Amino acid sequence: MSSDTAVAPSYEGTAVAPPAWRRLLRWETGLVFLLIAVLLYGQQSSANFFTTTNIFFIGLNMGEIAIMALPLTLIVIVGEIDLSVASMLGLSSTLMGYLYAHHWPIALCMLGVLVVGVAGGALNGWLVTGLGLPSIAVTIGTLALYRGLAEIVLKDQSVSWSTVKLTHIGTKPVSGTQLSWATLIFLLLAVVYGVVLHATPTGRSMYAIGLQSEAARFAGIRVKRIKFLLFVLSGLVCSFAGILWTLRFATSRFDAGTGLELNVVAIVLFGGVSIFGGRGSIVGVLLAVVIFGCLQTALTLQNVDAQVQNVVTGGLLLFSVIVPSAPDAFHRLRSRYMRRS
Amino acid sequence: MTTPPDSAEADQPVPPAPVLVLERAVKSFGAVHALEDGSVTLYAGEAHALLGENGAGKSTLVKILAGVHQPESGRLLIDGEPVTFAGPAASRAAGVSIIYQEPTLFPDLTVAENIFVGRQPLRGGRRVDPADMSRRAREIFARLGVHIDPARPARGLSVADQQIVEIAKALSFNARVIVMDEPTAALTLVEVDRLFEVARTLCSQGAAVLFISHRLEEVFALCQRATIMRDGRFVRTDLVADLTIDDIIRSMVGRDLAALFPKSDTAPGEVLLKVDRLTREGVFTDVSFSVRRGEIVALAGLVGAGRSEVARAIFGIDRRDAGTVEVRGKALPGSSPRAAMAAGVALVPEDRRQQGLVMEMAIDHNVALASLDNLQEHGLIRRSKEQLLASDWATRLQLKYGRVQSPVSTLSGGNQQKVVLAKWLARGPQVLIIDEPTRGIDVGTKAEVHRLLDELVAQGVAVLMISSELPEVLGMADRVLVIREGRLVAEIARADADEDSIMRAATGQLAVTSA
Amino acid sequence: MTVLDQPSPATSVLARRGDVLLRARELGICLAIVIVFGLTTLKNSGFAGVLSVQQLLTGASLFALLAVGETMVIVTRNVDLSVGSVLGLSAYLVGDYFKHNPHAPIVMGFVIGIAIGALVGAINGAVTTLFRVPSLVVTLAALYIVRGFLAHVVNGRRIESDSIPEAFQKIGYKTVPGIDRLPWLAVLVIVVVAVVAYTMKSFRWARDVYAIGSNPDAAALAGLPVARRVFTAFVISGALAGLGGALFLAEFATVDASGGTGYELQVVSAVVVGGVAIFGGSGTVFGAALGALLLNMINQALGALGVSSFWTYAVAGALLLIAIAFDRWVGLRVALRQRTGAGGAHVV
Repeated sequence: MSSDTAVAPSYEGTAVAPPAWRRLLRWETGLVFLLIAVLLYGQQSSANFFTTTNIFFIGLNMGEIAIMALPLTLIVIVGEIDLSVASMLGLSSTLMGYLYAHHWPIALCMLGVLVVGVAGGALNGWLVTGLGLPSIAVTIGTLALYRGLAEIVLKDQSVSWSTVKLTHIGTKPVSGTQLSWATLIFLLLAVVYGVVLHATPTGRSMYAIGLQSEAARFAGIRVKRIKFLLFVLSGLVCSFAGILWTLRFATSRFDAGTGLELNVVAIVLFGGVSIFGGRGSIVGVLLAVVIFGCLQTALTLQNVDAQVQNVVTGGLLLFSVIVPSAPDAFHRLRSRYMRRS
Repeated sequence: MTTPPDSAEADQPVPPAPVLVLERAVKSFGAVHALEDGSVTLYAGEAHALLGENGAGKSTLVKILAGVHQPESGRLLIDGEPVTFAGPAASRAAGVSIIYQEPTLFPDLTVAENIFVGRQPLRGGRRVDPADMSRRAREIFARLGVHIDPARPARGLSVADQQIVEIAKALSFNARVIVMDEPTAALTLVEVDRLFEVARTLCSQGAAVLFISHRLEEVFALCQRATIMRDGRFVRTDLVADLTIDDIIRSMVGRDLAALFPKSDTAPGEVLLKVDRLTREGVFTDVSFSVRRGEIVALAGLVGAGRSEVARAIFGIDRRDAGTVEVRGKALPGSSPRAAMAAGVALVPEDRRQQGLVMEMAIDHNVALASLDNLQEHGLIRRSKEQLLASDWATRLQLKYGRVQSPVSTLSGGNQQKVVLAKWLARGPQVLIIDEPTRGIDVGTKAEVHRLLDELVAQGVAVLMISSELPEVLGMADRVLVIREGRLVAEIARADADEDSIMRAATGQLAVTSA
Repeated sequence: MTVLDQPSPATSVLARRGDVLLRARELGICLAIVIVFGLTTLKNSGFAGVLSVQQLLTGASLFALLAVGETMVIVTRNVDLSVGSVLGLSAYLVGDYFKHNPHAPIVMGFVIGIAIGALVGAINGAVTTLFRVPSLVVTLAALYIVRGFLAHVVNGRRIESDSIPEAFQKIGYKTVPGIDRLPWLAVLVIVVVAVVAYTMKSFRWARDVYAIGSNPDAAALAGLPVARRVFTAFVISGALAGLGGALFLAEFATVDASGGTGYELQVVSAVVVGGVAIFGGSGTVFGAALGALLLNMINQALGALGVSSFWTYAVAGALLLIAIAFDRWVGLRVALRQRTGAGGAHVV
């Protein structure tokens, strides 16, 4: 994206410069207003919307997606993309079931899954930074590959976890709260990611990479290493999400989480992270998570089919890329029109 | 001293009317007067050289001919008729074609398609006629006296061949005026000879060629007439046969610039940077030199000679294939800007907008970008320290800015350069490599930058300066190293350095001394 | 060093090698197809049987068709991930049309399918070119929006074979008289591939498409109508996916809301395996169609060898990664040789 296009939403997440802040605020205040609207809609749609149980279920439904959105946020900020997140979740869930069915102790099952997550992320990272391939193509490839491996491992079987005590993590709130474990983990991780992205040299470097990677390299920032590590991180976190998913549904199937990449990408971009890199904040992504969660639950309470809910998700995804580009498109059209007349 | 073109025709038969006349064209960008008097007259069948230092206004003049810029005043005549070019298409339609230094072809298309893209010859059913297209391309190449297979893809063509394809494209438009903007900068001697034969063929077929080059011997080899510009103004047009190299250089430089360059004499100390037989295959070979404490060493040479590439390899941006770099006696590992930075090396790169700055980032963030590790406490960036650093350097370099939180893109070129300098000086470097320190910035800021460099060497920094501006090289450098075609060809002491000696070494006319 | 009047060894060898590589890609795939077919037949002679080959060609046909459209989009440096969903939507709506108009001429099935696909393609293309946003995001959204819309329309129903005209179904299973291995479906797709391949070679607008993907900046400078061409590529990709929907219905004679799910991955993979550069600018629809055939054959061969019938995605993903990595490796080697071998010469 050329640097002289003056587009919304924000120019840089960490900035406190007034014009930047105003622009940043505009997108994120927009999200706050939208959140209020969604909450009102939720209340309209069902009397149960504001009950603690429902809040628990919102958290439960969004947990894995929200957790996977965090590393993807950083990846998009450095100007790359990872479409293989949901497949990695599926592969992890499958593998966990496979290992469990082969009588591995649960702790080892989880460890093995996390190792595979790291390896899968490293493969993405190596293809992107080592070979210099576009991350779009690479992660479309691993989207298919990881799902395919899952299919090979478990075929059409499923492994049941219902006798395992640990599945309480997936179904019961953290004692004394109405938060699911996944929600709690997400909130903790969000704080960590927020601090890293907005307050550390590494986070600052990520913005520089996304805005102008050559200038970042000339400033001594190890562009390739950071990108590589982000893909590894994404693999690790997605395999962890796969563990949570398995515990929640108490079952392992190869098609676990199919298509979730749409939700994850949509949340990240809806949260104000620019698809062109270099802009976005964890707060925006957090707001997007809450909005998506509430919206999804409200739609579910109105008995809207899950597939049909994807129309809404896809629409929001389009909305998030079109709105920042709309002023430019408008200018181009107008100048073309004026030239003609 | 201005010789009107018509007065010198006595000894040579010249077509009566010029094809293209540009008179007193004026163009400014904001406060910068890029062109104050752009004048040139081109005749059919003649190669005409346009000469001048960087910043003399040559490229602005070319862009006016290309229709990219519209002059604020002045006249443009084609065949005696006044014309205005609203855009590149209008220029092309009037028969003017520009060949740039780095052509932009479609690598995946064939040579023939590159020539005719969007206007391929058709046969029945509005289908492209590849045979006819090939035939026409071959015809054009035959006219030019070259053999390039029209059916091969453009990918993999040498720069020289790419330029030939661009010339062929120009001919396919029936161009009568062909402007070559430093076409030889990236070519080897053999390729230059071929290009010249093509240019002579063009002339013999009645085209007018405007040829821009820094290599004076090329002008003598090719051109019948030369126009010299300086500081955006027309200086003179003469028959090349009536000119000597000294005449040309004097007309190109012709000013007293001592005041701009406040270089004080310093006694150089120990060697801080030592480069030994540094090689990057196909780019530069066996480059060896050293820079001492308190010394400014200039790396001079033509654009494309490999100067910036040497700097990049020293700093670790590019891989080096052979040779060593030592800083204060310690070997520097290759390919690691971080290691270079830790050793006390700083690089102010050539391309400010792409390499020097993150344009959309705030001023303070840019200043801090190379010092983030020093600004952190417990792993977190201290915002107060960061802002202090930025405002401190802004004051020291007299940066003119609104707020340190504004994006750096809101600053003028000179102030942007100050931000780059601040970013690196904030690290307190021992060795400062600075590539084109004053390119595209105003005269006032230029003087400030030069004063700053002088202060730095006084404080004991070793400076390696790359510059295409001869006055800057002469005014600032203690020693001048000249690079030609990737090799160090001369080392000239301050006392012996003048435009002539550097130009001769850079163009390979006469190697003064071997380094 | 290049001497212009005498093609120098360095340049001409490189040129020839580049050329050879392009042709070698299609030859290489043909060779791979023959090898896979041969080896599988050795192990399981049934693989060369009439039914098996028929099944192979039928199965590959749909993917080849989608790969043709996808090729046009990828050549412009874009990507269309919505083809699978468009195919599903078209298949169901065409089925629904026949259900309500049992005596409609079968050509209407194709017309409706193509129209639906072209419409979605037009929306994809318009959003991508108008707002200049990455087609990846636009078509990813379209993938799910179309699928969700389809789920809403279908509402759990299913079109059964008894509501589809017999003549329409015959396209799916009848073979050409005299060649009992060649189904009409495959003939139709071969015709489409041939027509599009010829078009891509022979018309200015199609050559523009290659120019745009090869160097978008130069294309704009040369005054080519970049946005219009990219838009056209998306419309064609959509239209072919729509046609694919009609053929899907003809082949399977039954369809629910899930038809074509996940096809986009195999199609993108087939296209890249077929030698279409992921960076745009080069590749042929012929190669892409061969890529689809190879991909399909590997999957069926794995089934015939009794390895597993669950390898579809893994094969698609692995081949995609291998293909782009291989292309990159070859590109880097050629570039390196040019830098060291030809002095100051640059890669364009």
